[in-house]
Amino acid sequence: MGLAKRIIPCLDVDNGRVVKGVQFVDIRDAGDPVEIARRYDEQGADELTFLDITASSDDRETMVHVVEEVAGQVFIPLTVGGGIRKVEDIRRMLNAGADKVAINTAAVFNPEFVKEAAEKFGSQCIVVAIDAKKVSQAGEKNKWEIFTHGGRKPTGIDAIEWAAKMVDFGAGEILLTSMDRDGTKIGFDLELTAAISDAVNVPVIASGGVGNLDHLVEGVNQGKADAVLAASIFHFGEHTVGEAKQCMLDAGIEVRL
Amino acid sequence: MTSVAVIDYGMGNLHSVAKALECVADGVEVVVTHDRSKIEQADRVVLPGVGAIRDCMKEIKRLDVDKVVRDVIAADKPLLGVCVGMQALMTLSDENNGVECLKILPGHVAYFGDDLHDPETGARLKIPHMGWNQVHQTFDHPMWNGIDQDARFYFVHSYYVEPVDIGMIAGSSNYGISFTAAIARGNVFATQFHPEKSQHDGLQLYKNFLNWNGRV
Repeated sequence: MGLAKRIIPCLDVDNGRVVKGVQFVDIRDAGDPVEIARRYDEQGADELTFLDITASSDDRETMVHVVEEVAGQVFIPLTVGGGIRKVEDIRRMLNAGADKVAINTAAVFNPEFVKEAAEKFGSQCIVVAIDAKKVSQAGEKNKWEIFTHGGRKPTGIDAIEWAAKMVDFGAGEILLTSMDRDGTKIGFDLELTAAISDAVNVPVIASGGVGNLDHLVEGVNQGKADAVLAASIFHFGEHTVGEAKQCMLDAGIEVRL
Repeated sequence: MTSVAVIDYGMGNLHSVAKALECVADGVEVVVTHDRSKIEQADRVVLPGVGAIRDCMKEIKRLDVDKVVRDVIAADKPLLGVCVGMQALMTLSDENNGVECLKILPGHVAYFGDDLHDPETGARLKIPHMGWNQVHQTFDHPMWNGIDQDARFYFVHSYYVEPVDIGMIAGSSNYGISFTAAIARGNVFATQFHPEKSQHDGLQLYKNFLNWNGRV
């Protein structure tokens, strides 16, 4: 008996609605975030992650209301990412009821922000989200780079070095997304996940590419992830969180039932 | 009707605690405050806390929360400490190069260590200890009513409490080592985990707190 591996449904929220794009195009509407959060909570989700993909900052207030409403009804940890750029953004989300915030682009442009955030609010609520893409060619030693702006802009920063640096700066958890796999449904980039997980001493959440329940098992067993995140397999009713947990349990992984 | 004061010293998951309390009992009066008179008027008190112990203790002292907490305990009112709120009740914490705590319960707060491994599998264990772990109830207590033995609760912490008197340990968990998940002494109950983030069993614990008279 010990700590369970976590299953985290992820809700991409655009102007108050849950959507899920396939490699950032073909956005499908998946419904009301509060309703969906409640459904996942009932199914046994261990945490929920909300990523605000709203383009305009005017609409960010919508996200605060979503978080407030969910936090009043769902008593499991909530992480909010997307548009977290200032200390004030973090405070607003934590006050609305979020337990953790995920910092992505702002960390790349200003790594000191992560340090400041961790000092102010504690590492336990600072998640650094890393979007990584493989840049090495077949036959070369594996190399992944950090990308920003939804995987469109390369930064030249090595993903493994970056993860270690972010933990040094106070990140309490790493949310790792493979931009090569995101939306493809062919499974996590297991080599990337294992490389990052080995490189840091904080929990790593694997994200990007889940198409079936076996992928979740692989993420833990081969990818050495502490938690697995998925969106579309849950949103469109293909699988419940309960089924995912049973599948992991059958594979010998400790889960919360 | 019972009233609860959630002590606000600027370091906490206060809203979640208040929302959880409001969710489990209709009409319960929940105040989030550091105002001495409001805390003294409440029937029961929650001392929450997240973040680093140094900052927590600094604010606790600055706002005179230490005196209020002592008075609440002396008045035999039920007090629930959560996470860093539990750690703050102890003598001393190893965090931030050693920080003196409230010295209400004898014992210290220790670090898990950077080289933690599962004794059975040898697997490396990450810090913070983050997620759902089982809590073994070491004795019957009104706060455990309706909660299964070894139920899972949500934890997020890197330090844990080591009370001098192990008879105070009301619940234990395993993470490389066995550590204190809950303590009970008289009208004080405290958890390292976050009941307000532990779904049904966590809400049950808050319900138990609202029904507890502070006696064992």
